[in-house]
Amino acid sequence: MGGAVRDGRRLGLRAQSLRVEYDGFIAVADASIDVAAGESFGIVGESGSGKSTVLRALCGLAPLAGGRVELTGAAAADTAVENTPNLSMQATAQSPGSADAAVPAPGSKAFRRAVQMVFQDPYGSLHPRHTVDRILAEPLAIHGLGDAEARIEQALADVALGDGFRFRYPHQLSGGQRQRVAIARALILQPQVLLLDEPTSALDASVQAEVLNLLEALRERRGLTFILVSHDLAVVTHLCQRLVVMQRGQMIEALAAADLAAHRVQHDTTRRLMQASLGFQRKVSG
Amino acid sequence: MTGPALLSVDGLCVAYPTRDGGTTEVVRDVSFTLGRERLGIVGESGSGKSQTGRAILGLTAPGGVVSARRLDFAGVDLLNCLASERRALRGGRMAMVLQDPKYSLNPVMRIGAQIAETLRRHEPGVTRAQAQRRTLEALAAVQIDDPERVARLYPHEVSGGMGQRAMIAMMLIAGPELLIADEPTSALDVTVQLEVLAILDKLVAERGMGLILISHDLRLVSSFCDRVLVMYAGRVVEQIASGRLHEATHPYTRGLLNCLPQLSAPRHPLPTLDRRPEWAQ
Repeated sequence: MGGAVRDGRRLGLRAQSLRVEYDGFIAVADASIDVAAGESFGIVGESGSGKSTVLRALCGLAPLAGGRVELTGAAAADTAVENTPNLSMQATAQSPGSADAAVPAPGSKAFRRAVQMVFQDPYGSLHPRHTVDRILAEPLAIHGLGDAEARIEQALADVALGDGFRFRYPHQLSGGQRQRVAIARALILQPQVLLLDEPTSALDASVQAEVLNLLEALRERRGLTFILVSHDLAVVTHLCQRLVVMQRGQMIEALAAADLAAHRVQHDTTRRLMQASLGFQRKVSG
Repeated sequence: MTGPALLSVDGLCVAYPTRDGGTTEVVRDVSFTLGRERLGIVGESGSGKSQTGRAILGLTAPGGVVSARRLDFAGVDLLNCLASERRALRGGRMAMVLQDPKYSLNPVMRIGAQIAETLRRHEPGVTRAQAQRRTLEALAAVQIDDPERVARLYPHEVSGGMGQRAMIAMMLIAGPELLIADEPTSALDVTVQLEVLAILDKLVAERGMGLILISHDLRLVSSFCDRVLVMYAGRVVEQIASGRLHEATHPYTRGLLNCLPQLSAPRHPLPTLDRRPEWAQ
């Protein structure tokens, strides 16, 4: 176990016509994405465009009013969900009746393990009165994984935090270190899909580069599928090959990262986001 | 620099006591002068940029010790003046826009009442009706479409961009000569950021104020300000005109510029800062 690629199994994620409503307010009207296994996919938009809600709907944190989410991927004859024998209980928690019996169904414990999320604000997403050790031990306990000692050490090593951080509290860490702990918490379950909700927007520019490099290295090493939400086009194009732009709950434009780099965009919102990533421009006439 | 110095800072130090009885210097020997211009202060978390701004306004947290060879604002010696003089200056002739409107506006007071309070505090002769009128004017000046409606709202009822405009309106209503904006747009959406900066830019230009913009975003600061101070570990490591940023010599400044992902020039992995202990010397 540990940082090496597990048993070669990779999962993608497909969502069709997602719809999320809160008391009649339509947060997401109609969103469909299809992310291949091992791909990195971005969702951009302004505040309130529904981009984070899509992410939350994918992992079951937002109630679906319509549409469906499913994991896709090479699951043929995949009997070994995990290559360590003491984890074989995971294989029982799968969708009954599905043709792809080895692909976990949404809502199942196996799905939650396969799809993990990193939240925006590392100051808010870590329990302030739990040590790093306890924060990392909790998902292991929930999923009944043994060997916590070795897994926690490995998870910390994977995000380049030394053992010295293990018994600290979140307030004793910097923002970048906290976000590393949040990433370690998601990765300790060895998920195949990682949902990233603005993982660097609460961080300094210099720390952002470190976290982006870490995410990229981890994706390569483990063959992870990324779905990244951000308002910063430069960050999204750095990590993702494909992206969609959202506005008022709708997906208005789908682009490849190369299109953006070459400024081939259709929509005004996309153009506005692109302008914003270039910094402030003083209107000469005014 | 344009015109006579509005603010002169020479050898500013801010120190906090540590638990073991010693002190930590969070700002070390910072010197600069400011005219009626836009100055940016850039640095990472913990570089002392916010502490510098707070020390100028006299908002250093209790326990912190501010010292300087000279700290002078438009002829007033800030180091040796009375607390009451300081209070009169603060909000009146010098003002500060804070980072997150969600936390820095009074949550149980309507926006209009908060703005009017600032005005009546600094101009005691103002009548209720005048205060009301000038509040609405101030809200209109920050491009709020329906000032009367917004003035009646509580901070939790408005968006981040709207809250930040309300705070700028509040800070500008007494007509300050110096405005310190501490990460004024970091809590805002990218596109809203630019709108808020454009408003700030216009008001600063119209009223001929001095502006200190504190931020960790070098790209933003350099596109907005005339001059940039780069801080690291409590010190100013480089001072450079925004237009000449590409000529920056200090490795820290170059590192900050370099570590941003760019739309047109993808680099994998991104260069990261290699922090050297001698920069902090």
